Amino acid sequence: MEGSRKGKTLVQLFLSTLYISAFTFGGGFVIITFMKRKFVDELHWIDENEMLDLAALAQSSPGAIAVNAAILVGWRAAGFWGMMTAVMGTILPPMLILTVISFFYQAFAANPYVALLLKGMQAGVVAVILDVVWGLGGKVAKERSLFLYGVMAAAFVATAVFQVNVILIILAAAAVGVLRVLWRRRRKEGDR
Amino acid sequence: MTYLKLFLSFLKVGMFSIGGGYAAMPLIQSEVVAGYGWLSMGEFTDLITIAEMTPGPIAVNSATFVGIRIAGVPGAIAATFGCIFPSCIIVSLLAFIYYKYKNVSVLQGILQSLRPAVVALIAGAGLSLLRTVAVGEEALLPENVNWLGIVLFAAAFFVLRKWKWNPILVMLLCGIANLGIHVISGSV
Repeated sequence: MEGSRKGKTLVQLFLSTLYISAFTFGGGFVIITFMKRKFVDELHWIDENEMLDLAALAQSSPGAIAVNAAILVGWRAAGFWGMMTAVMGTILPPMLILTVISFFYQAFAANPYVALLLKGMQAGVVAVILDVVWGLGGKVAKERSLFLYGVMAAAFVATAVFQVNVILIILAAAAVGVLRVLWRRRRKEGDR
Repeated sequence: MTYLKLFLSFLKVGMFSIGGGYAAMPLIQSEVVAGYGWLSMGEFTDLITIAEMTPGPIAVNSATFVGIRIAGVPGAIAATFGCIFPSCIIVSLLAFIYYKYKNVSVLQGILQSLRPAVVALIAGAGLSLLRTVAVGEEALLPENVNWLGIVLFAAAFFVLRKWKWNPILVMLLCGIANLGIHVISGSV
């Protein structure tokens, strides 16, 4: 009895994550909205506040937000096997689609018409990426913090001018972040 | 050996891309283009274009694409598992801590200073893609510049910023415009 109910949860989890992953364009933030609709509003597996915290966790952890959210929702719904099921459901659609595209890519890109189409789309995708950068940079600028400006400028110079290894830059920024949290905490304690 | 290289390479991508979506892009570029030379900068730009047009995280899309090109379907599986493996460990650990202490504020404090760095890294990767659009793999000289590409980029950036057009629509229109102009001018 217990076993068959768990099996049913896993099947439902797999189909839900498969469906959400196959039809969500536009990255991690969008997928979290769909997951909330499914697992909070429809299935009532998770309550709303908890989902907000899980979303924050998914965004703060390394890796793809969609995969992170699947791990958290899966754990919450059915433990370890729930996590495995939700992750599989999430990565299968992009894997299958990209597998098909990869097999056709060479022949595809060799066709002069397709090559021109792709080339034009490249100009579009760069605009999309720099538009996102503009938006994200604007959000950072809104904080009006000299510290954050400094981190942003230093990281940009390091990557664009000196070609410093990306991982090194991330580790340095994280280290600076830890120091800042510790320093603030100390100052707060000193005030008391 | 190739499988192991793919696995480890995308393990690094999974472990150090924080902030989702485009955050993985500079890491993939550094591993796949600069590090191993698995893709040229032009192929990488195609990959980002394809990833943008299809559902799923850029990291998973890239792992599958690069894995298949280097070592077939098993390569794709090795790369994809590499890219999700760190998440499975770290997120489970963080979830455990969360359910114990119900507090995500320290994590967000650290994330706050990581965010500007990630924005800068995405900007860096975006600019190297822009260079690819402008001059391909050639030197950055006026005679190599693809002016039509620059105009399409500028127009796309304008409609995205000003009128918030749908990104996928903008990309498709850029592709169609480029193809159309070449067909009409008879250069294809």
